[in-house]
Amino acid sequence: MAEFGDAFGAAVGLVLSGDQELGEIVTLSIQVSFAAVALATVIGIPVAALLTVCRFPGRTIAIAALNTLMGLPPVVVGLAVYLVLSRAGPLGELGLLFTPTAMVIAQTLLITPIVAAIAHRVLEDHLVEYGEQFRAFRMNRRQQATTLAFEARFALITAVLAGFGRAVAEVGAVMIVGGNIDGVTRVMTTAIALETSKGDLALALGLGIVLLALALAANALAFAVRSLASRWADGPSEREQLR
Amino acid sequence: MIRSIQRTISSVFAVLFLISTAAQAADRHIVVASTTSTANSGLFDVILPMFTAKSGIEVRVVAVGTGQAIRLARNGDADVLFVHHKPSEEAFVADGFGIKRFDVMYNDFVLVGPSTDPSGVAKAGSLKAALDAVATGGAPFASRGDDSGTHKREKSLWSEAGITQKNTWYRETGSGMGATLNIAAGMGAYSLTDRATWLAFENKADLKILFEGDSKLFNQYGIIAVSPDKFPHVRIDDAQVFVDWVISAEGQSAIAAYKRAGEQLFFPNAKP
Repeated sequence: MAEFGDAFGAAVGLVLSGDQELGEIVTLSIQVSFAAVALATVIGIPVAALLTVCRFPGRTIAIAALNTLMGLPPVVVGLAVYLVLSRAGPLGELGLLFTPTAMVIAQTLLITPIVAAIAHRVLEDHLVEYGEQFRAFRMNRRQQATTLAFEARFALITAVLAGFGRAVAEVGAVMIVGGNIDGVTRVMTTAIALETSKGDLALALGLGIVLLALALAANALAFAVRSLASRWADGPSEREQLR
Repeated sequence: MIRSIQRTISSVFAVLFLISTAAQAADRHIVVASTTSTANSGLFDVILPMFTAKSGIEVRVVAVGTGQAIRLARNGDADVLFVHHKPSEEAFVADGFGIKRFDVMYNDFVLVGPSTDPSGVAKAGSLKAALDAVATGGAPFASRGDDSGTHKREKSLWSEAGITQKNTWYRETGSGMGATLNIAAGMGAYSLTDRATWLAFENKADLKILFEGDSKLFNQYGIIAVSPDKFPHVRIDDAQVFVDWVISAEGQSAIAAYKRAGEQLFFPNAKP
């Protein structure tokens, strides 16, 4: 159990020392996960909005499939992306294997279903509220989808955060397609796996604490943005009502 | 809404572009597929900066088991292969994937286990007797089970010792050397490890070396540049510069100079 004490010591020591290598690893973790979350949001939320407002045969199956894909094992995604990006694979010409771009691709595949599935649930709830107005205004499906997504934008932050949490914490996919190359594709999670295999458990756990702190900071930031933005958005209309 | 989506998409591509340019900042680089023992022991952390300072070529190491490293190189995903299983390495060259194999360095495998030694391995007078003791002693043995160089060697040691019955005492971890040692330390199991990983490993707990020194435990490392005939995209010029440096007097003395806790981990034996 001495490891936990040592781990906190290691975490504090790492952060205070301003270790340049740690800085690079943390920066790359954030860059890769942010890019993946941004892509997953751009793809996932329109998909979720269309699934919510459109009625077509096989829609239930599509929703069930989306929910199933939330549980995609990262290692399987990593392996699939490896086979595609490998020089022996169909996109080998691009030379993307063992680059951060490959990691972004793998994480995007991994978290898009998560963002879409959670966003779908959020939007279903909003549709109950807005459905009648949509019919009253005779909006088409596309207008309904955009309006719904816009009205639910603050609630959708939950979906984005869930995607970020998964991306920043997963190790299986980025290990395979990134290769954990020092200074090029090493991120927080692969560094933790490496230190564990070297038997330096205190340092591994210390890095884990830094990773947790990072996730906490991202959540706090999202919360702050959400409450500030919703206050700003609601503000003028409330004043108008008073007038 | 549409405009904001467009904005988001363009900013995403801006981020992707930034990341990819950052990654390509050093345009002279090679990918070396190697084993966990060379990377985890800290050897590469010491010798690679020397090579990069001299040549201007960045070396990107993908450290996996020997079996996986060879598969990466066979798919054309590495420029140099630096592993430790001579028969597989020779097959790699014979199949046309590599140009030429060079010996680089050696150390040895050691049999580790709990210091109480319940199976009495330390008393064994020969390697066969030590393996027999593990097989009949009842205490668990943690095998890599991952087709790595160490796993391949371990399997041939069992078959040479005539031990084919592996039941409950034999546990395949399917993991790297360090992870396997963590498991062995946790369950009080015996295990076979290369000496470099062992010396650099920091979670030995109750484990210690119980058998060593047999000539069958010799562990040779080799280096091969991947053939441009098979894969025209490999950076053969820079790869050759790296191979030449590793087997040069300078590279060899850098390997010899690397020590952990006062002990030399790898013994250079290249014949240029």
